[in-house]
Amino acid sequence: MNNAHMNMALYARRRRFNRVAMLLSFSSAAAGMVALAWILATLFLKGAAGVSLSVFTHMTPPPGSAGGLLNAMYGSLVQTLIATLIGTPVGILAGTYMAEYGRNTKLTSVVRFINDVLLSAPSIVVGLFVYEIMVQPMGHFSAWAGCVALSILVLPVVVRTTEDMLLLVPDSLREAASALGAPRWLVIQQVCYRAARAGLITGTLLAIARVSGETAPLLFTSLNNQFWSTNMNAPMANLPVVIFQFALSPYPDWQRLAWTGALLITLTVLALNVFARTIARPRSSGH
Amino acid sequence: MNTAVTAVAGNPSPTLARHKLMESLLRILTRCAAITVLIMLSGVIISLIDGSLPALKAFGFSFFHTESWNPVTEKFGAAAPIYGTLVTSLIAMLIGFPISIGIAVFITELCPPKLKQPISTAIELLAGIPSIIYGIWGLFVLAPLLQKYVQPLLIKAFDGVPGLSTLFAGPPYGIGVLTAGLILSIMVLPFITSITRDVFETVPPMLKESAYGLGCTTWEVVRHVVLPFTKTGVIGGVMLGLGRALGETMAVTFVIGNAHRISHSLLAPGTTISASIANEFTEADGTLYTSSLIALGLILFIITFIVLGAARLMLLRMKQSEGR
Repeated sequence: MNNAHMNMALYARRRRFNRVAMLLSFSSAAAGMVALAWILATLFLKGAAGVSLSVFTHMTPPPGSAGGLLNAMYGSLVQTLIATLIGTPVGILAGTYMAEYGRNTKLTSVVRFINDVLLSAPSIVVGLFVYEIMVQPMGHFSAWAGCVALSILVLPVVVRTTEDMLLLVPDSLREAASALGAPRWLVIQQVCYRAARAGLITGTLLAIARVSGETAPLLFTSLNNQFWSTNMNAPMANLPVVIFQFALSPYPDWQRLAWTGALLITLTVLALNVFARTIARPRSSGH
Repeated sequence: MNTAVTAVAGNPSPTLARHKLMESLLRILTRCAAITVLIMLSGVIISLIDGSLPALKAFGFSFFHTESWNPVTEKFGAAAPIYGTLVTSLIAMLIGFPISIGIAVFITELCPPKLKQPISTAIELLAGIPSIIYGIWGLFVLAPLLQKYVQPLLIKAFDGVPGLSTLFAGPPYGIGVLTAGLILSIMVLPFITSITRDVFETVPPMLKESAYGLGCTTWEVVRHVVLPFTKTGVIGGVMLGLGRALGETMAVTFVIGNAHRISHSLLAPGTTISASIANEFTEADGTLYTSSLIALGLILFIITFIVLGAARLMLLRMKQSEGR
């Protein structure tokens, strides 16, 4: 009798404990969602107020006057584009080696390990590296240096997704093509790349999303430029650094522009993220 | 196969020669690209070492434990940034780890299947938000809130409690080590969560269902079946988050206060390695100043490399044991 009573008490305690634990688990999920919603809501509230045509048509202003973000947007666009054009081909080729020619080799496992580490390595260190190899020898900050810094960040993302996506392509496809007499390079080009195309595009988009918000590696490579400049050999404006500079300034005009820039950049990055996911989804569920 | 074709044709056909050329070309090209990744890493390390030599020569080992950071007298020490980096990351982990585990448990065990994907995506979007956005949000939204409501409360609550009263000593600045740690804890959430969720899903349903069949509660299943089974993977995920927190730059730069001193209070302004570099590098004049900042970068790179490397090794081990 006493024993049964004790068991009931134990059971009740276990259930209570479980309920508390599950409540905490639920609250964590809620906290995560709240954080996301809060940040996005702040961005919309503070950023949308400053969105106007002049943001897209005017240059960054001197303190205390109105202006826009045109030169910064142009700079971000150009530098991200060039960085992607440099980083993506190298990344796809490296991923191809790891999944096709060099599968299971020592080199591949070393490269995979190093690449995974570079994937999360602090981006400011990349900025220092490019400063050492480009800015200092050239004697001045330049948009090229910014492009190179960003391309170093593009590389590991593309390598990773390329290898993963190519490994998802069934070997029977490769074997079928080889059986028809196709040499390896044709198999890779005509079969593997085609089968993994959606994944490769996803990887590239994710890489663009990753670098278009990067600030730290640009701080001392492409620096900033208050004026319109298309000279790749000179400092070039870019949205993240402008946001950084304007947000920390005491001028309300600048701060407003910073919020608007922050909204624009976040929308771009999140849209790229969501878009990349929707492309990738039908493939990944197909396997 | 090649020899057979050649034998029939009598002499190597131009098509075959072209195939051979393309074949070796692509092989060499892809191999070089793969090696580029390794060159990148060694390039970063070599250039950082080269850049930090002047500072390391001038200050020697004392660089690592000197607190002073004085551009005027050109006396530099890395103690304050190293301390700040470690403490902010520690705070981020203390807050971020339990919440990440909570979210992962929610997604894998509690959540209705329909909500699984949207919630996972929402958490992953947190990783997509650029670091500078966290910074501007932290400075203009979170810091004033903490200054007005949370920090006075903390100071009052722990006043007179030995140990804690020095940790939470006033005045409430809003910005400081604690705020930076809080922001970092939000930023590491998606990284730890997505890995813990993935490894939680590798637990064989048979194991979990056996435990449920014995009458275990969900908590007991998580605590005694899921967590022990996925231990290595979870630790790997945490290390990965830690690596992110250690190297995070912009978000911290906004809210840390950039003060080169070691303060016992978590509410006081401080600095981290990455924030010091971001704040001072373009303004640094003189070889010694620049070199000291690059030396900070070298220290950061080595720390994160070790942490991230350990994380990857653990996740690798998890994957291998899964295959068995």
